[in-house]
Amino acid sequence: MNPSILNNKDVWAGLLLIAIGAAALFIARDYTFGTALRMGPGFFPIVLGAMLILFGLYILATGLRSGAQIEGSWSLRALIILPLSLVLFGVLMEYGGFVPAMLVLIFGSATASTEFRFVEVLLFAIGLTALCVAVFVWGLGLPYPLLTGFG
Amino acid sequence: MDLFGNLIFGFSVALSWQNLGYCLIGVTVGTLIGVLPGIGPLGTIAILMPITYGVSPVGALIMLAGIYYGAQYGGSTTAILVNLPGETSAVVTCIDGYQMARQGRAGPALAIAAIGSFFAGTVGTLLIALAGPPLAEVALKFGSPEYFSLMLMGLVAAAVLAQGDMVKSLAMVAVGLLFGIVGTDVNTGVQRYTFGVTELSDGIGFIVVAVGVFAIGEIVGNLGGKEERRVFGAKVTHLFPTKDDMRRSIGPILRGTGIGSFFGVLPGTGPAIASFASYMLEKKLADDPARFGKGAIEGVAAPEAANNADAQCKFIPMLTLGLPASGVMALMLGALAIQGIQPGPEVMALRPDLFWGLVASMWIGNLMLVVLNLPMIGLWVKLLQVPYRLLFPAIMAFSAIGIYSVNNSSFEIYLTALFGIFGFVCMKLGFPPAPMLLGYVLGPMMEENLRRSMLMSGGDPTVFVTHPISAAFIIATVLILLVMVVPAVRARRMEIAD
Repeated sequence: MNPSILNNKDVWAGLLLIAIGAAALFIARDYTFGTALRMGPGFFPIVLGAMLILFGLYILATGLRSGAQIEGSWSLRALIILPLSLVLFGVLMEYGGFVPAMLVLIFGSATASTEFRFVEVLLFAIGLTALCVAVFVWGLGLPYPLLTGFG
Repeated sequence: MDLFGNLIFGFSVALSWQNLGYCLIGVTVGTLIGVLPGIGPLGTIAILMPITYGVSPVGALIMLAGIYYGAQYGGSTTAILVNLPGETSAVVTCIDGYQMARQGRAGPALAIAAIGSFFAGTVGTLLIALAGPPLAEVALKFGSPEYFSLMLMGLVAAAVLAQGDMVKSLAMVAVGLLFGIVGTDVNTGVQRYTFGVTELSDGIGFIVVAVGVFAIGEIVGNLGGKEERRVFGAKVTHLFPTKDDMRRSIGPILRGTGIGSFFGVLPGTGPAIASFASYMLEKKLADDPARFGKGAIEGVAAPEAANNADAQCKFIPMLTLGLPASGVMALMLGALAIQGIQPGPEVMALRPDLFWGLVASMWIGNLMLVVLNLPMIGLWVKLLQVPYRLLFPAIMAFSAIGIYSVNNSSFEIYLTALFGIFGFVCMKLGFPPAPMLLGYVLGPMMEENLRRSMLMSGGDPTVFVTHPISAAFIIATVLILLVMVVPAVRARRMEIAD
């Protein structure tokens, strides 16, 4: 495939909209459309889904004509690490407690930076976790166990 | 109703110890994030919103509003001293502000920025107080068709006037509307787009969307670019502007306030547009336009007044019509809804303390900001030395705690992670995220009003053009769309966006 298509901003933008619109329509196929007088739960979603597909087609066409490219990097490192740290936080809040969840979140997300420094971040994570325990758990009284057993 | 009595009442609300405290917290946090590049008012308000649950509605609104206009003050500090816009609205201030700082005139530049902002803030507050009650009066007569058309106009205008690609903005509004209707349908009880997940039956959490897109997505974007080196332009020695500075600044401040107020009530235009327009006007009016870009004080005074007037006037449609004119205002509506207050014209009659208390607090907040920003400038400058590599993990931590504390649910954390990715992808592909938030907030209300209108009219869609007020909104919507299709306007718009 032509590499400029793979990096074509509006082609991807159009495809994204078409995908969202199509998904919206597909899921909404079971919702009653209703009549003009009594609109069913399906009316609004179906209209919106159709609109998105139209917008998507238009933007896709613009992209093919102009060939504008996506600028800058995808910052893949941050794009993977930051959501992953959040997910780990969520899991640890349920199975590990507030302290491990915070430590993992802060330390984990810090590794997303290219200027990551191990010792500095470790100290920072411990300090910030201590601060958050003091403010949110002891101060504001959020009902989170600091540490729970695994399993 | 007399304005004077209402304002006195407002001050009696705003001057309570608690509300003064919330105001101070708000403007302090606002200045803080305004000074720091890489975190904006949208993300901050979204992150801090859960904290306001336990606060009274007035206090919550006062604090969140303080963050918003406080950020406008803080943003100019960074622009002048470091030549980096702390907020997007301060982009224009960099041009002449930084040059002044390099000439050893950072003090007067900061002072004029603060004075201009304060004056504009005062005028903006007065405008809200003057325009609010009559607007709300009119809006009280609105029925469902009027509301539907008004929201349609608001969304279209916001998308069209926003910076960036118009079609993409409109598409984002539609995406936002779709996200908004996830959950149980109020009329039929049907579960829409919930995938059988119980947590989704109440809809996608407002804070999840806002934090995901505006805090997490933003951070990912920031980490992609290289961290810019911050070089300090100059030491701040003397603060006071000379007589000549003052004389030169009066006109620009007045005109900037006017331009800012005008753009302020338009939906979708960010403060950056207002400040840019006022800068261009001053350059045109100047006797010697060549001075601009080389440290002309007019080039600081006008845009700073304009962006603050714009920020204040954005509250007018939100408070009186329940119509958000920008992403931040959508957050404010969300905050009110969480407090159990249905935003709209009734608010002023039912909760006068809310409206007048907020108006009075804005003036007090502006006064606090002058004090915070000028004598304490050294403290804010120090803050700029906090490296982003430590700042963003802290933002992540506060975001996570904020979201988790709403429902104590890990599911919402996972959803936030998803929205973070989605927000970043959208930004990469040139979709502006703010219109999505507007659509998301207005989605359920729009659908409800559409259904009610159709039920009322017996299924006749012409109801939107036979009701005169509604027809006016529809015509305005069509006009806005038509004007934008005119090639010349489109080209000019692209130029400004660049």
